[in-house]
Amino acid sequence: MNQYQAFYQRIDKALHNDQLRRNFRSAMDGIRERRLAQFPDDQELQALRYQTKGIRNKSLSRQAELLERLETKLTENGIQVHWAETPLQANALIHEILEAEEATSVVKGKSMVSEETDLNHYLEQRGIEVIESDLGEYILQMAQEPPSHIIVPAIHKNRFEVAELFQKFHPEQPYTNDVDELTGCARQVLRKKFAYADAGISGVNFAVAETGTLCLVENEGNGRLSTTAPRIHIAITGIEKVVEKLSDVPPLLEILTKSATGQPITTYFNMISRPRQPGEKDGPEQVHLVLLDNGRSRIRNDEELVDTLRCIRCGSCMNHCPVYVHVGGHAYGTTYPGPIGILLEPQRLGIDKVGSLTSACTLCGACGEVCPVRIPLPKLINRLRADAVDAKPGENGVPGTGALRSRSEAVIWKLWQSIYASPRLYRSFKFLATRLRRIKPPLSNGWTRYRPIPTPASRSLSELARQEGYDDE
Amino acid sequence: MSSARDNILQRLRANQVDLEQPDQSTPPLEVLSAEQRIARFTECQKAVHGEVHTLPAHQWIDWLAEELPKRGLHQVLTGTGETGNQLVAKNIESTIFHQYDQPIESWKPELFSQIDVAITGSRCGIAETGTLVLIPDRDEPRLMSLVPPVHIALLDGTKLYQSFAEVIEKEQWADGLPTNVLLISGPSKTADIEQTLAYGIHGPKQLITLLLK
Repeated sequence: MNQYQAFYQRIDKALHNDQLRRNFRSAMDGIRERRLAQFPDDQELQALRYQTKGIRNKSLSRQAELLERLETKLTENGIQVHWAETPLQANALIHEILEAEEATSVVKGKSMVSEETDLNHYLEQRGIEVIESDLGEYILQMAQEPPSHIIVPAIHKNRFEVAELFQKFHPEQPYTNDVDELTGCARQVLRKKFAYADAGISGVNFAVAETGTLCLVENEGNGRLSTTAPRIHIAITGIEKVVEKLSDVPPLLEILTKSATGQPITTYFNMISRPRQPGEKDGPEQVHLVLLDNGRSRIRNDEELVDTLRCIRCGSCMNHCPVYVHVGGHAYGTTYPGPIGILLEPQRLGIDKVGSLTSACTLCGACGEVCPVRIPLPKLINRLRADAVDAKPGENGVPGTGALRSRSEAVIWKLWQSIYASPRLYRSFKFLATRLRRIKPPLSNGWTRYRPIPTPASRSLSELARQEGYDDE
Repeated sequence: MSSARDNILQRLRANQVDLEQPDQSTPPLEVLSAEQRIARFTECQKAVHGEVHTLPAHQWIDWLAEELPKRGLHQVLTGTGETGNQLVAKNIESTIFHQYDQPIESWKPELFSQIDVAITGSRCGIAETGTLVLIPDRDEPRLMSLVPPVHIALLDGTKLYQSFAEVIEKEQWADGLPTNVLLISGPSKTADIEQTLAYGIHGPKQLITLLLK
């Protein structure tokens, strides 16, 4: 099965799941309204978008320098910094830290980068108990499913499905499908894990070079627990998350929470700069930061595609995508779904592997309009489509460039190009198309699978115009 | 692993980019008076299920003496600083005080299951978002504002800034930060099931601010 067939099969499955479509539809409608309510003044919103775009661009333009400053500052503060080029390296690094400290149980705060590296499976295979503590992630861990949204991971499940999972995994708790009671049940179950876990693993939203500070944005408090209760804290993040100054943080935080969930701020903004200091009575004795590249430095090769790295992972593009809303996150089959996934994943994994994702876009432009840091998503997705069928892939292009080129498609476009470039050919083509209009190519794919091929008119527009007495000029 | 570091930095330097940095600042905020800041803070906290009581500064302890028993909050966690010491010295009916005077390792299970409420101070507040700024330290450790089901925080009304940016600037945070700095804007919550809000998933179900004038 080629990647298109696999992708379309997943889409087909999603489209035939009424429950899933209802869950997504209502959730996305709600989030969109809440976001809009946070930006009553369009002028202010646009100014904030320019400002945060500038901050992220500054960070990317000076990334090597800022990462070195971050490392120096964190090290001064007592936080240990590790670098990984690949997911496997990152996982191995984390495992080594845990092994050296004889840590056998881990609680995790939400981290998409750890989904990228498939960290949970790696650690579980090595005998370490890993518990996801974000409620959505915990539900998915029970269901053994990946997140279907980067901010609200279990958005595809309704409360009855969640209730079933709790009943199956925690039969000691009374059955309930009430959201408040389910939440209370999760609190009880996860408290025990927090009280005994050896280590906590978390992501990072912004890493501040100036002060050596790791910033985490969350509502539940599981991120704070994971980074405070156990004796070891390991944070993992992509190298693009570094920002220069502490004063860069407030605008980024504001636009992140407003865009992501329509909140003026989240319940907790947790800024960690050191491990436990002498005399302090809680907090981890060790704090580690793992900086993961995983293709990010390579994406900078291209002066257009580098914009991808501005992303602050708010999920707004998927909330507003007409395709995502219908098919949901799992249909994409990649860690990051929706428009940012369509843009990022082929660059990370190769067009030859997941380039077909670029077909799941109507170029409606909604994602580009809501992106808080002004990533021109539609333009870049279109650019990847062109790369996918590029005849002469360069050396430094996106991996798998040209992999989706089809000979027959290329011939048809070439033919079209020559016809439209030559007036003489064009006129003869028009004459034939109108006179032989009943003869149509036997197409049964794509657009024409559910629609008849339109029959050309018997006379072309210019012929009709001439008949009416207009000349060619 | 230093080779990974060198490779990454080398690639970043080889792929130098110089991206557009529009010099755009957002329009300045309309400056709020002290009264307006208090009103804004209260309004924002209430919007996220937070409770705010504005009191004359000397009355906080009496407020607690009355409210703690009334609300059934008997096992009370305090810090070892001035606030904590004052509280412990006060005899409040049917209230048992626990001071956070031992490292967490020696009493984790108790903290996670027995405490009803923790009472802390706060460094300052942010009016625009209804935010408490806490800088946990030896006297008031990090887990106090997180583990017990109710968190009561004292906030000095004169230390209510307008925005987060203002806090960073006026408190000179760029010069260096302590172990942990927290912005807290309401009780712990989640909307992970059907986008329905539920409070107290991991942290406090209730956040009560005593705003002292």
